[in-house]
Amino acid sequence: MIYLDNAATSWPKPPEVLKAMVGVLEYAGGNPGRSGHRLSIEAARAVYDTREDIARFFNISDPTRVIFTSNATHAINIVLRGLLKPGDRVVVSSMEHNAVMRPLRRLEEQGLILDVVSCASDGSLDVNDIATALKLDTRLVVINHASNVAGTILPVAEVVSIARSTGALLLVDAAQTGGVLPIDMKAFGIDFLAFTGHKGLQGPPGVGGLVIADHVDVSQIEPLMRGGTGSQSELEEQPEYLPDKFESGTPNIAGIAGLRAGINWIMDRGIEAIRMHEKKLTGTLIEGLSDIPGVRVCGAGDPEKAVAIVSFTAIEKRVSEIGLKLDEDYGVLTRVGLHCAPAAHKTIGTFPEGTVRLAPGVFTTADDVKEAVSAIEKVIGS
Amino acid sequence: MTEYGVVLFYTTSSAMRAEKLLAKAGYAVKLIPVPRQFSSDCGIALRFDWHQNEQVRSELDKAQVEIDSVHRL
Repeated sequence: MIYLDNAATSWPKPPEVLKAMVGVLEYAGGNPGRSGHRLSIEAARAVYDTREDIARFFNISDPTRVIFTSNATHAINIVLRGLLKPGDRVVVSSMEHNAVMRPLRRLEEQGLILDVVSCASDGSLDVNDIATALKLDTRLVVINHASNVAGTILPVAEVVSIARSTGALLLVDAAQTGGVLPIDMKAFGIDFLAFTGHKGLQGPPGVGGLVIADHVDVSQIEPLMRGGTGSQSELEEQPEYLPDKFESGTPNIAGIAGLRAGINWIMDRGIEAIRMHEKKLTGTLIEGLSDIPGVRVCGAGDPEKAVAIVSFTAIEKRVSEIGLKLDEDYGVLTRVGLHCAPAAHKTIGTFPEGTVRLAPGVFTTADDVKEAVSAIEKVIGS
Repeated sequence: MTEYGVVLFYTTSSAMRAEKLLAKAGYAVKLIPVPRQFSSDCGIALRFDWHQNEQVRSELDKAQVEIDSVHRL
């Protein structure tokens, strides 16, 4: 079996991740910070240590500004629905996932003004177009760090400097880049970073987070949910301080411990080494697919400009048929269709049919991608 | 018999951070349930040796750990 669906969720997970998840349930199985006995404190320690590691990993100073969520979608919703008011103006790229577009389209129905900046058909973004779209009253700019459809990396640092000039805040959707591209929130100047634990960060599904830069005033953001935090229980009102303001209810301890093990595993290997490996695999896929007659490779066609995601279509075959054959006859697992990102597919010209998406990961080998290319060639030629 | 003091925090995260840095600096500290006489809170507090009250406070201050209050047990 060749697993090429790491953009949906990475698999397999490092053994350390599974071990950490079992370990925390076995030895630190209390409710973190609620009860005060030894198992509760050990659980709180597991959560807090992860907070510190994430703060270090994305480079912010204050670990209480790492908010645990169930995934990137949840983190994005905290910002969009907590910060934006009717009449506010928001700029987004045309390559966004529905995790961004659906909450924004709903807010638009309620009076938000949405400016969608068109990207080129390879998924790339011209920062001048962001500058043109930005108005003096633009509250927020939302862009993905890399597209889940074409893999194309967007120029986050440049967008930040443009957004700064008008005072707009920047939310980056790092679902496809956390753990595979270096992200330094201070150096980039990112205000909000939404990440998920179960893709490049090597953790399990069901855990993600929102990292809020040290300088951002959080009093302007309403929490999505309110409830028990284990703190200030005498009050029936939600506390204002972090992370409790945005973290109600018992967190996913096993997921958080697994995420920490994933991040430490990445730091041990080195993110540059992981990136190098994935670039090679991406290059092999792009070259191999480009040689197959009738195949159109989407995206920038250059591993330097993309994460390890290669989408393609074929003239003669439906993507669903290709995906099914690859799975059934060759054991090559891909994802076909629209990838929850109709806007991105419209931008690259593959809507409504969609694409076959190949997403190798850190455990994919050079032989795996060669075999996958030859399987695709056979499926297309059949 | 050791005389203890407790530090109360607004959030568990601060308690964890305080414990980590004080333990590293060699202080004998322990996280305990918040004593009911000081708060109705259901969270955790940091217990320390009352003789080190000044030093503990100054360490927390230096590291900018936000605290709610300090009490003698």
